[in-house]
Amino acid sequence: MSDTRRLVKGNEALAIGAVHGGCECFFGYPITPQNEVPELLSSLMPAHGRVFLQAESEVASINMIYGAAAAGKRAMSSSSSPGISLMMEGLSYIAGAELPCVLINVMRGGPGLGNIAASQSDYFQATKGGGHGDYRCICLAPWNVQEMYEHTRIAFDLADRYRVPVFVLADAVLGSMMEPADIPEQPPPIQPIEKPWATVGLNGRSKHNIVNSLYLEPEVLSDHNEKLQVCYRKITAQEQRFDTRLTEDAEYLLVAYGISARVAYSAAKLARAEGIRVGLFRPVTCWPYPSEALRKIMSRAKGTLVFELSAGQMLEDARLAAPGDHPVAFFGKMGGVLPTPAQVADEIRKFVEGLHG
Amino acid sequence: MIEEIIFAGFGGQGILLGGGLIAQAAMKDGLWATWFPSYGPEMRGGTCNCLVACSDDEIGSPIFNVYDTALIMNLPSLEKFGPMVHPGGLLMVNSSLIRVEKPRSDVRLVEVPVNDLAREAGSDRAANVVMVGAFCAVRSIVRPETVADVLREKFASKGPKVIDLNLRALEFGRRAVEGVTV
Repeated sequence: MSDTRRLVKGNEALAIGAVHGGCECFFGYPITPQNEVPELLSSLMPAHGRVFLQAESEVASINMIYGAAAAGKRAMSSSSSPGISLMMEGLSYIAGAELPCVLINVMRGGPGLGNIAASQSDYFQATKGGGHGDYRCICLAPWNVQEMYEHTRIAFDLADRYRVPVFVLADAVLGSMMEPADIPEQPPPIQPIEKPWATVGLNGRSKHNIVNSLYLEPEVLSDHNEKLQVCYRKITAQEQRFDTRLTEDAEYLLVAYGISARVAYSAAKLARAEGIRVGLFRPVTCWPYPSEALRKIMSRAKGTLVFELSAGQMLEDARLAAPGDHPVAFFGKMGGVLPTPAQVADEIRKFVEGLHG
Repeated sequence: MIEEIIFAGFGGQGILLGGGLIAQAAMKDGLWATWFPSYGPEMRGGTCNCLVACSDDEIGSPIFNVYDTALIMNLPSLEKFGPMVHPGGLLMVNSSLIRVEKPRSDVRLVEVPVNDLAREAGSDRAANVVMVGAFCAVRSIVRPETVADVLREKFASKGPKVIDLNLRALEFGRRAVEGVTV
């Protein structure tokens, strides 16, 4: 057993990941099921000489991030679904102004206030907009406590490298469960990224840095958008991440991310015990979606079942990745209901029977 | 090997901590482990349970609704979770508070008066630790010595009196089921 291994809650691992990722400013407003994040950061951040501030609202939090990020600071907030919705206007401004930041969404049931149970119904919001305008955010989807730490830590590097907002898309189960994770006492060293665009004073330069998302001339805004798209294409080419289990000999695929992938993994083992050779494909980045890798694996399989805690959102990306004649079916639950592995295994059996019916 | 456990009772019985002891000891013994809490908004008196899985392989879902082992601390939990133990599974019941009226013939029932034993050890509040001690002795998933180590670390800041009380409670739990194996 390594001495860095500790039993820790997902939300706590995430908070430590923020500190180890070099987060300099946290702005947030309380909401269940992510409250352990600000709870822990409220002591960790001052202890590391960094800023922790409980804002008066989510709208205030995201605009504080806007300011801190413009000044070149590594800034983040953490919230859950309704709170994230409140931040969408500010997020669009941040994306428009080409600023890096990290946003954590420990998803709960929606729409509206919904409930505080685990859900994955904010996938569209995180990967396809949320705010207005043609922008994208990198979206990391942890499936265990180890990745709650890792993803939050690396999110700051990714954000700075591309000057984009990065989402860590978790859920109520991952946030409140404990499991062992390797978390070092001392974080790995951070490679500082030059930010010549930051608004930190002239420092001998003759021209002001201006951070802005307003471009009144259509041609100028069009050029600005083109520039953003170049960045998004670069991210799409370089940052697709995925993970697999049991796919070597798989005849059928389960595609799931986050907590659903945990249930799907158990279900795949159950199905295999009955002789159905199922493998799991897990998008680790929901944007950019690992389409190429999924297409390759799909082309070797007879069919795919997508499993999500939503009405079928990631399903759309899986369908776009699928080769033309590849059957893609869906199983999902909404409102905070988490199916058991046995229920998902039943769905696999029905799907396979349907294919050969 | 995977052992899926529910530890259930009412808020204030140390349910979450008890399940955490098992998960922490499993980790120390080199196993994979998950722990997931479920409780009402009340601080005390409401229903409370946690799910703990221990395995020698990577664990999928941390949530399950049928159990290899149920550690039951009060009557409502017995009524709710007793029927959800796998046939052939283990049902451990706090006999200080619960009389099992109609035991299932297809599960192994072990009754332990955990409140009485905890009181004997020094405090009613250690009833959860008595249950953990009994569980470790009946089912060899985690070693009682490892749980003892975890207790020493967990209560290090509370001083030797609290540590000794908990180690005694653990030992009383183990002794209460001497000769019982599943």
